[in-house]
Amino acid sequence: MKLQIEKWERWFLYATTVMLVAFLVAIFASIGEAGIHLPTDEDQVDPNLLEFSAYESNPAPFNELGSRPYTGTEDDIEWEVVLLARAWAFTDGEPVDAERGVPIITVPVDTPVEFVVTSVDTVHGILIAEVAVNAMVIPGQITKVVTEFDEPGEYAIICHEFCGLLHHNMYAIVEVVG
Amino acid sequence: MTATQQPATTDAVVVEQRRWLKWQLYLGFVGLFLGLLMGFLQAMDRTGIDLYDAFQLQTYYQGLTLHAVSLAFVLTFTFANSFLTLTVMRSLDRPMDYTWMIQGSTITAALGVVLAAAAILMNQASVLYTFYSPLQASSLFYLGAVLLVVSTWLVSLNQMLTVRTWRKEHPGERLPLLAFVSLVTFLMWDLASLGVAVEVVVFLLPWSLGITEGVDPLLNRTLFWFTGHPIVYFWLLPAYVSWYMMIPKQVGGKLFSDGVVRGVFILFLLLSTPVGLHHQFTDPGIDEGLKLLHGVFTFGVFFPSVITAFTLMAALEHGGRRAGGKGLLGWILKLPWGDPVVVAQLLAMIGFVLGGATGLLNASSTMNLLIHNTSFVPGHFHLTVGTAVALTIMGVAYWLVPYLTGKPLWGRRLGVLQAWLWLIGVMVFSRGQMAAGIEGQPRRLFTTASAYIDESWEVWNIVAGIGGMIMFVSGVLFFVVIGGTLLQKQRVTVEMPVSECIHDRTETPRWLDRAGLWFVVAVVLVLIAYLPVFITHNYEFNVLPFTLY
Ligand code: HEM
Ligand SMILES: [Cu+2]
Ligand SMILES: [Cu+2]
Repeated sequence: MKLQIEKWERWFLYATTVMLVAFLVAIFASIGEAGIHLPTDEDQVDPNLLEFSAYESNPAPFNELGSRPYTGTEDDIEWEVVLLARAWAFTDGEPVDAERGVPIITVPVDTPVEFVVTSVDTVHGILIAEVAVNAMVIPGQITKVVTEFDEPGEYAIICHEFCGLLHHNMYAIVEVVG
Repeated sequence: MTATQQPATTDAVVVEQRRWLKWQLYLGFVGLFLGLLMGFLQAMDRTGIDLYDAFQLQTYYQGLTLHAVSLAFVLTFTFANSFLTLTVMRSLDRPMDYTWMIQGSTITAALGVVLAAAAILMNQASVLYTFYSPLQASSLFYLGAVLLVVSTWLVSLNQMLTVRTWRKEHPGERLPLLAFVSLVTFLMWDLASLGVAVEVVVFLLPWSLGITEGVDPLLNRTLFWFTGHPIVYFWLLPAYVSWYMMIPKQVGGKLFSDGVVRGVFILFLLLSTPVGLHHQFTDPGIDEGLKLLHGVFTFGVFFPSVITAFTLMAALEHGGRRAGGKGLLGWILKLPWGDPVVVAQLLAMIGFVLGGATGLLNASSTMNLLIHNTSFVPGHFHLTVGTAVALTIMGVAYWLVPYLTGKPLWGRRLGVLQAWLWLIGVMVFSRGQMAAGIEGQPRRLFTTASAYIDESWEVWNIVAGIGGMIMFVSGVLFFVVIGGTLLQKQRVTVEMPVSECIHDRTETPRWLDRAGLWFVVAVVLVLIAYLPVFITHNYEFNVLPFTLY
């Protein structure tokens, strides 16, 4: 016995199929062509070995925090920023800006930058909305995301996962210079 | 109802079972009330007014935990438990096999609510409803969560045993559609709930009791989202049961085909669970390829949703035309716009269409990078769970409370107003939340106190706040209508409406009845999607607890 689906309902389903396929193609195209990637399985790190302030004896790469020319092996990355997160601050290893009370991290414009981040305590996140940096920072896991700033200026890196009492104050500033 | 005479003892059992189910429904209303009150505080926060002190709450996040737990877990679970037990009884025209399971379900749910609420109100569980480790809540909170889930399993077991008995008593007969969809909804949930059950029972509960020291936060997230996506369908399918099985009857129309409805619920059973990684697109430590596999499966769930939209539209049109509606759209005017039961649910459907469109954005992995964890996301799901589901529950309550109490509905026009206010409120609210989210405002944000509010968010937050207050007023009206109903002195007998199909179950192929077989297929799909995730996961149980709230 056949399922009772009338003709127009069938056509509607065909149209939906076409639409969904178009969506999927668009997604894979944006991955393949534009190189927009999701975070993937990178290395792990034992959070019990991490110090937020006296970081010099941390396991690599978190023994050398901060913003500098890329030291890794990928071809298309030129700059790197290594950060630690804890409740309720990020650190790049430098003293925080006296006026703003948060780190100000300088990176060059028009340069592919990799952010490398992990957490010393609970789950945090990094969100730089203007350049589609959006990733979770999970204790035990190393988060790596690559982006490029087209415009000089100030950008906020916001912790966008609930991390306790003062979650709404946890951010840092990226200063993009030309 | 059918004219068959029930022996008196059966009647007494039915009365007793309904009484427990009524109390479980009321428990859900307690959740709704608490949740809406917290929603009001959140709406005020969007406009820059901090009322948490005045309400004796320690923090915004304590309130937000209470908001989401009350609404997303308590209201929805207890409604599903109560409603989809009553539908099985009505559909099979017999009591459930085990009264003690119904009692047990209501009692475990109530106990779970008491424990979780106590922990939250003592500010010992302000971990939000996702309770990501290594933030640690009091063990009472985890215990409460377990009990709530157990209450749903008891309902499911009772359904299965009752259906089995019915099948024995009716050899060769087809399982009626209403019982089938109720059963499949819970089968879907049985499979889906395993993730969070393992997370809480194996990892979080022993850890919060000090039996184990460390946890694996990424593993816990993966287990959480194993359940966390399909839970959306556990919220939604009871609403679908009403939309498919009752609304056509209530608007004077008929469903087109029994087989299509069965097919839709089976597709949900199959496709709801093997897609959870799409909530973890932005997580480190999970392979990008596996994320994309789940991403592709996610689009599959769009099919049953589209069929639903289509089938329901056809049933509504059928009803509107039988009532004399003419022309392309004239039938819409002939729908019963004065009946709060119908109006609330028609408007809930409108909310769902808007929510479904924005949901496709969430599911696209690359779009997801723009909006993940921004206030766009709560903007989206207040249209889906916050309206499609919550407003449907309110609409159903407008006949279900009379059905369970024998008291006629009070304040029909107020009920109609309530439904419209909710839709207007949520559209304003979601517009504000989504716009601020696209401008990069994170979700879960105590805006009044935040150190980094961007100018572009401020006006949208005020919009969201105003929308939220309209929703709150609507919620208060709901309780006025229900309160007025409970005070009624008259008595009426209300029947449960059940849609008829133009092509009924005698025309449905038998393979669509095999709920158990489909369950096995669903398990296989889950294994395909999740085995690689659990095999490649790097297990480290070394992260110590934090209570930073
Ligand atoms: C008066 C009506 C309501 C108002 C004003 C309201 C307001 C809000 C706001 C402003 C947020 C976002 C908080 C943030 O991101 O910081 C939120 C979150 C949430 N709401 Fe509502 N809401 C209402 C009704 C509902 C309903 C009916 C449901 C579900 C049935 C619901 C479920 C949720 C959930 C699950 C969250 C997420 C909490 C989290 O992120 O941890 N809300 N609500
Ligand atoms: Cu944080
Ligand atoms: Cu945070």
